[in-house]
Amino acid sequence: MLKLKVNDIEVEIDEGLTVLQACEKAGVEIPRFCYHEKLSIAGNCRMCLVEMEKSPKPVASCAMPAAEGMNIKTNTPFVEKARKGVMEFLLANHPLDCPVCDQGGECDLQDQSMFYGVDKSRFKENKRAVPEKYMGPLIKTQMTRCIHCTRCVRFATEIAGVSEIGAIGRGEDMQITTYLEEAMQSELSANVIDLCPVGALTSKPYVFEARPWELKKTETIDVMDAVGSNVRVDTYEWEVKRVLPLINEDINEEWISDKTRYACDGLLNQRLDTPYIKYNDKFEKASWDEVFKIIKSKFENASKDKICGFVGDLTNMETGYIFKEFFDRTLNNSNYDSRSDNRFVDNSERENYIFNSTINGIEDSDLIFLIGANPRYEATILNARIRKAYVNNKTKVISLNDVGDLTYPYEKLDGQTQSIKTIFEGLNEISKDIISANKPMIVIGESLLKLNSAKHLFNLIKNFLKKNNKFTDNWNPLNILSCDAATVGNFDLGILNNRINLLEELKSNKFEIVYLAGQDNLEFNKKDEFIIYQGSHGDKGAEIADIILPGSAYTEQDGYFTNLEGKIQKAHKASYPPGEAKEDWQIINELAEVMNSRKLFNNKEELESSMFNYIKLQQENKSLNHEEIETPNLQNEKLNIKLKDYYFSNVIAKSSKTMIECNNSKLNLKSTGTEG
Amino acid sequence: MSLRRPAKNQPETFEFNSSSLEEANKIVSKYPEGKQQSAVMALLYIAQKQNDNWIPLVAMKYIAKLLDMPYIKVYEVATFYSMYNLSPVGKYFIQVCTTTPCMIRGANKLVEACKEKISEKENELSNDNSCSWMEVECLGACVNAPMLQINDDYYEDLDKEKTIEIFEKILKDETPKPGSYRGRSNTEPENNRKTLMDIKNA
Repeated sequence: MLKLKVNDIEVEIDEGLTVLQACEKAGVEIPRFCYHEKLSIAGNCRMCLVEMEKSPKPVASCAMPAAEGMNIKTNTPFVEKARKGVMEFLLANHPLDCPVCDQGGECDLQDQSMFYGVDKSRFKENKRAVPEKYMGPLIKTQMTRCIHCTRCVRFATEIAGVSEIGAIGRGEDMQITTYLEEAMQSELSANVIDLCPVGALTSKPYVFEARPWELKKTETIDVMDAVGSNVRVDTYEWEVKRVLPLINEDINEEWISDKTRYACDGLLNQRLDTPYIKYNDKFEKASWDEVFKIIKSKFENASKDKICGFVGDLTNMETGYIFKEFFDRTLNNSNYDSRSDNRFVDNSERENYIFNSTINGIEDSDLIFLIGANPRYEATILNARIRKAYVNNKTKVISLNDVGDLTYPYEKLDGQTQSIKTIFEGLNEISKDIISANKPMIVIGESLLKLNSAKHLFNLIKNFLKKNNKFTDNWNPLNILSCDAATVGNFDLGILNNRINLLEELKSNKFEIVYLAGQDNLEFNKKDEFIIYQGSHGDKGAEIADIILPGSAYTEQDGYFTNLEGKIQKAHKASYPPGEAKEDWQIINELAEVMNSRKLFNNKEELESSMFNYIKLQQENKSLNHEEIETPNLQNEKLNIKLKDYYFSNVIAKSSKTMIECNNSKLNLKSTGTEG
Repeated sequence: MSLRRPAKNQPETFEFNSSSLEEANKIVSKYPEGKQQSAVMALLYIAQKQNDNWIPLVAMKYIAKLLDMPYIKVYEVATFYSMYNLSPVGKYFIQVCTTTPCMIRGANKLVEACKEKISEKENELSNDNSCSWMEVECLGACVNAPMLQINDDYYEDLDKEKTIEIFEKILKDETPKPGSYRGRSNTEPENNRKTLMDIKNA
């Protein structure tokens, strides 16, 4: 611990920290542009100058290591003058186009020049102008505004792991650009927009849409992948204008993926805004009463076991729970599932379907073994964490398959189930590595769980880890990488059916009525089934439906989601559903009322408390009924990682124009020099 | 000086020839394992020498791959230093010093000669594409001002006529004799040396 004085306030800080951090500890604000907590220190904007005793010149506090007994002053005329001088230099070439700049209102340079700057410039020469640069479909550039803080360069190199942005030229002619002005090949690229302290890099899809003070800000969570990044949704009236990251050190730190940020324009397209009934292959608008009556008569005329239901990948837990209750209580039937494929899930224990080591745990791990997973596309933020672990600790990463560039180097194996068997029978080098590792992480992707021998392999892996005492009080090496926001929540609620294979029966057209709650990924040939689709977007599910019940998207209703680590988080209502559409739980509740003249729940609170009770009970029971793990035979298979198209992984993303543009810009992937 | 941009017409391929490769490997081997990226500046210069005094984009890519570093990093270095030419400058690359001492001694006459013999504008190839010229800052030979540099050699104590003579030679693809054009050896005083008389090779 070091003791130093900042403006005569005594502070004590850890060794290795900087003067700027000491000032922050003392509650003194230091203006800065280039310094960012999560990035390496550059020290090139000079805005953080402070006075240090015995130093004739002001020092850049962000780059000056704090030392014992330092006496720092930040409120003297000396510092004020230094800041004014720096500000004047920064503004010498910066255009005064704030009225037409998208950063206006949330611009560091604007705010700090108001606070620390001078009101006029002595720079009488022509300002430097820089041609615009192309940086892909997400980032709009106006490089004349650039103050060369190099935050974007450092982000791309350090966090995103794609060294594609750089500073070319020098002095006044220095320019920030991607290599030969190609789109940045990263799924985290748009974070440079947040990092840019000025309006040089702004959001292309959001260009000239709104001013920050006009927007209603709602803190919520994201559902584009199972990570559950914390986000802020900014709405202007009904429309979701943009999505920004919120800081959550346990999950997404400060970053969000491009899909999280930009799929939001999908909330405006392809929306289902009124109930529809299909007559002669054509959808016609209907009222809620009409559709409920038809559904009621259909349900009443069908035999019980001919009804089935599927919950989708974006539905919140309340919807999942009430859907289950509707089947259990109203229909007296348990033909429901949340899986759209033959994925193996043993939900007798919760650890069998969550990411047990946690996202924070990645940084403590000393060996990461990916089996059937491509975290870069399945959980981008989690991949950034693995990269962070690699950069900081040189964590060893092994992948069963060659999954291309993961932004960090990893050892590639042949992708055969036989090799999994060899490793987890303790027969080769990697087995020894796993045994000798303190905190190994085995990351099992959905692709493995979809194999025919998934059960065998899963049990093999788990038993091997158990046998070698890798499960300890503070470490659980078993990790399932779920891809969709609703997956873990649905498993927690027990919305799956291991008794009969619903999918097979559906494919052989055994059901009369199929109720899809936001489920668009089922692959079967429709024959005579009567299909009810409830959801927010007109996609595959709605196409085959006979009745459409318009529901809400994640920004239009309060709802819980459990992320892949099993962390339960609430998404808050930022906007309201379009047209006649209702919140999803309400639709099912009202349908139940029509069927039985009794609502399932009187209100949302009752639903929530019932749901939490159910989850609690389930988890208590699970720890009691511990089943013996039986091991079926292994088949020789090649594990292929089947990825959903990254930019089209769910209905919202599929309806997003920005996602289409992103996809097009990456179709002609060229080598970048960062591979290998 | 404004930002230099890579040339529009770029060659398709680039590879070190055997002598360049040998030289490059020698330089790379000076750095410890994993730090071979430090050799980037020297390698760029080798590439420039091999490729008629300029570095095409493919050469930067080639060097990036050779040193296992991102393309943009090599590009950054190449655009930063003014000694790297990013567009063709001809087999004979003429740099005329126009900093104060040379200027006082008549560097503008040398520039005139360039304009007459080589090309109307700076950084423009001559008609036969064999040479180009540019004004540069001090080359450190002020004692022998005015002077110019052609590739690796200095031509000193020039005036307009002598410069034109040199240019005519290089336009005929002959290499003129480097050094002083007023007959003095190195930077000796004009009327023979006055000190260190007893040391022969001083």
